[in-house]
Amino acid sequence: MLDLINVSYDTQIPNNVGLSSDKKVLKALEKWHPGYIDWWNQLIPNRYQQSEVYLRTAVSVDPKGWAKFDYVKMPEYRWGVLLAPQVEGRTIPCGEHAGEPAWQDVPGEYRNLMKRLIVIQGDTEPASVEQQKALALTAPSLYDMRNLFQVNVEEGRHLWAMVYLLHKYFGRDGREEADDLLRRQSGSEEAPRMLGAFNEETPDWLSFFMFTYFTDRDGKMQLESLAQSGFDPLSRTCRFMLTEEAHHMFVGETGVGRTIQRTCEVMKENGIEDPFDVDRIRGLGVIDLPLIQKKLNLHYTLSLDLFGQEVSTNAANAFNAGIKGRYQENRLTDDHQLQNDTYKVWDIVDGKIVQHDVPALTAINMRLRDDYTKDAAGGVGRWNKIIEKMGIDFELKLPHEAFHRKIGVFADKLIDPDGKFISGAEYDKGMVEWLPSHADGDYIQSLMKPEYEPGKYARWIAPPKVGIDNKPGDFEYVKLAMA
Amino acid sequence: MTKMIDFQTNPSKYRHWKVQYDGPIANLYMDVDENCGLFDGYQLKLNSYDLGVDIELSDIVQRMRFEHPEVKVVVMRSAKEKVFCAGANIRMLGGATHAHKVNFCKFTNETRNTFEAAEEDSGQKYIAAVKGSCAGGGYELALACNYIMLTDDSSSSVALPEVPLLAVLPGTGGLTRVTDKRKVRRDRADVFCAMEEGVRGKRAAEWKLVDEVVPNSKFDATVAERAAEFAAASQRLDGLKGIALTPLKREITDNAVTYSTVEIELDRAGRKATITINGPDAGAPADMDTFTTEGAEAWMLRAARELDDAILHLRLNEMELGLWVIRTQGDPETVLAHEKLLLDNQDHWLANEVLQLWKRVLKRVDVTSRSLVALVEHGSCFAGVLAELLFAVDRSYMMEDEFEGDNRPMATLTLANSNFGQYPMGNDLTRLQTRFWGDEASVEAAQEHIGEALEAEEADELGLVTYILDDIDWEDEIRIFMEERASFSPDAMTGMEANLRFAGPETMETRIFGRLTAWQNWIFQRPNAVGAEGALQRYGTGVRGDFNMERV
Repeated sequence: MLDLINVSYDTQIPNNVGLSSDKKVLKALEKWHPGYIDWWNQLIPNRYQQSEVYLRTAVSVDPKGWAKFDYVKMPEYRWGVLLAPQVEGRTIPCGEHAGEPAWQDVPGEYRNLMKRLIVIQGDTEPASVEQQKALALTAPSLYDMRNLFQVNVEEGRHLWAMVYLLHKYFGRDGREEADDLLRRQSGSEEAPRMLGAFNEETPDWLSFFMFTYFTDRDGKMQLESLAQSGFDPLSRTCRFMLTEEAHHMFVGETGVGRTIQRTCEVMKENGIEDPFDVDRIRGLGVIDLPLIQKKLNLHYTLSLDLFGQEVSTNAANAFNAGIKGRYQENRLTDDHQLQNDTYKVWDIVDGKIVQHDVPALTAINMRLRDDYTKDAAGGVGRWNKIIEKMGIDFELKLPHEAFHRKIGVFADKLIDPDGKFISGAEYDKGMVEWLPSHADGDYIQSLMKPEYEPGKYARWIAPPKVGIDNKPGDFEYVKLAMA
Repeated sequence: MTKMIDFQTNPSKYRHWKVQYDGPIANLYMDVDENCGLFDGYQLKLNSYDLGVDIELSDIVQRMRFEHPEVKVVVMRSAKEKVFCAGANIRMLGGATHAHKVNFCKFTNETRNTFEAAEEDSGQKYIAAVKGSCAGGGYELALACNYIMLTDDSSSSVALPEVPLLAVLPGTGGLTRVTDKRKVRRDRADVFCAMEEGVRGKRAAEWKLVDEVVPNSKFDATVAERAAEFAAASQRLDGLKGIALTPLKREITDNAVTYSTVEIELDRAGRKATITINGPDAGAPADMDTFTTEGAEAWMLRAARELDDAILHLRLNEMELGLWVIRTQGDPETVLAHEKLLLDNQDHWLANEVLQLWKRVLKRVDVTSRSLVALVEHGSCFAGVLAELLFAVDRSYMMEDEFEGDNRPMATLTLANSNFGQYPMGNDLTRLQTRFWGDEASVEAAQEHIGEALEAEEADELGLVTYILDDIDWEDEIRIFMEERASFSPDAMTGMEANLRFAGPETMETRIFGRLTAWQNWIFQRPNAVGAEGALQRYGTGVRGDFNMERV
């Protein structure tokens, strides 16, 4: 346990920002830190807090230091403040200041805009830990439990990263915002998290995998665009966070993949060829592929909503100010200012879904969403390979982005997963096939039985191909404390 | 923007607001339909508003008082999640002509003043129950309420982001109410008005930006509790039954707008509109029961509503008619009798409401950017409430002696008690006090003639009219004055008249219509806001305003 009275920030908090000599940040962190530990301790059931978890800890940003594996009790995890190394001569990559030296301090004129972006990003980090707090109780294996906790502590570290920026660069306002990041709670009636999708509990493990695949991928895209910021400390922070975020995508993609793998295996073992023979498949205790498609539809569309309106003033302002770039801005070859460019966005005209050109600056969200969709399609292809390899005739698909939307031009429109306008009756009828019903939820819930024996896995999910840190199959990823 | 703007509406036509009446409490929900803007070219996202939204609000506030006198507390809230109101729609402002912007702001200011005054005038108290972001014109809506409650969910805030975001002012009373009404310390007001994201939670209460900050989980319950408390504390009688504000009878043709008692003649070549108010053609109702039965048909109410609509119609739809000529025709004694019934029964809710409506209509006249002239002709009825118009206009001309071939009754004007306090101006003075600013003796002299039908010479002696003219001079003098007036620069006229009309001390109201509005209208002309590279034009493109940094 950290000694809260005598924290030696330089030894206990891995950092490459000269924490011990930065009086301003130290003072702020000293005040904030107890609240954070308190937040963490109240979050995850005590039994798991007391367990030894085989976690990766970043202690420095060089290839050797960013992935130290060892057993640790989570409250003693060494959340660090680590920024990717400074690139000599880096310039602002986009907007009206493109080409000027990157800012090492916050320019006064963009302070609010920048602070808001950091707060919104920061708010999602602890939110997802809150959403997932009950999952350990039903972990399908110690391997998965460990992955969950790895994701959790890293989201915690990402919160630290954002709090560091707020403390370091935003003065009193920043300190207040950092406090409020702990005050808001996912699903709280009192002070909910800022984005709607982060106020829903993650009810089961399939949802967790879908969330880490689809929703954390939104987080990844946001981090990618902040990594292109002209504000260098923000860029460096986000670049380092992305290395960790990649692991979250991995947990999601392999989690869904292993679920699919297991379903296909059980189907084959029992001579079931028809993936829609749902009753029989469920009778065997695995999750049918059509239900996986439904979950995919749900999480993908919820995540699309996180990108906001297709045409957005805030996004335009942030890009033009050089605070937020496009996905891989540094690899794009246009003028990085976009004042005379256009970009295609979706719209509905006379009851038809059409695309038309709008000023590219205002379509920054849309563009990032398009990049997201391309990125998200990759894993879906790999899942289909698993199904194909097992010789089952079924293909998972990303639904049309007009389907099941709550934000943007498609919000609340009656559109099917193929992007066709349909009648209300057709919609009601179709929804049972397109999105998980409560009964589907009940079924998944019925499978959520913990498996705490090393090397064993719940029936509905296949073991991983390779262990974490190349550990053998029966490795005890979590040494559970006595209940 | 050439289509006619109609200020008449009714609940069956509302697109943007919903009202739930629950005994003494009315819940007023703002739920702007983003696809129903008054003009093309913008969407009213996030409960942002344009003139159309405000016309509905104005109608609701008016009906609240006449049709729902049982209401003691009105709770204004948003029907949308996460946003109370985002203020005036920026794209609408960006695309609007200067004249439209100015007229829009004036009307919204008048509506804010009306519901703000409802507590003092009628015992109807407005609560703003703020959940979600409440920015710019949204906070100005709340500021005009009598009590502001803000939820403490760590994201809902109140803000006036106009200066940093748009390079304009919070011009619908925002700057003024923050200091004059809410009494926010001026250095904090400076901080507040220069920050985009606003203030939330306890600090909002600490800085007096809101009256109460409530935990989010208890918000709805606390709002209901507060509404019930205020209703219980209200002095207003229980269970009053309202009257229907029936649709106005109005006919619009190319060169005239005709109501039942008000007529407007439009002279486009002469750039003037002649407004004639016809006095009642029958005696006053015997008592308030009779008056209430007559309801919207009663002359005092009908004339006020018609004149109000006429003013708004001319302001927004006939902007090149820079001179308004105000006439009356009818029997002065009958006008006085109609007014007297109400003055004698001020404790009757409807009598009070009609008199308060006249107060507001006369204030609308005061702040109208047109040259106003009244003609006191033979057969006219400038008595009591209508005489008040003589003291609202910039100049008045009165017929002296008999005119050849004119057999109408001799021109007179008659003062009533009501001219000495019933209808104060925005500066809290009577029009006569303002007219005779620094000369209380003249007010007292006039007061001694209450009830007398004053002919031209007496009226002139008492200083109640500008010029008296006889048969020989009348026609030519009037013609020359009108032609000259219509030839002056409309901008200079507006500025001159607005300055001369409000002698004496400032009030919050005069500061809003004078200081705040004037500065806002100046900024609305400056390239830093409205130029092709100004902040207002560029808003939404992602590119910032390019400012000329020279201080003027």
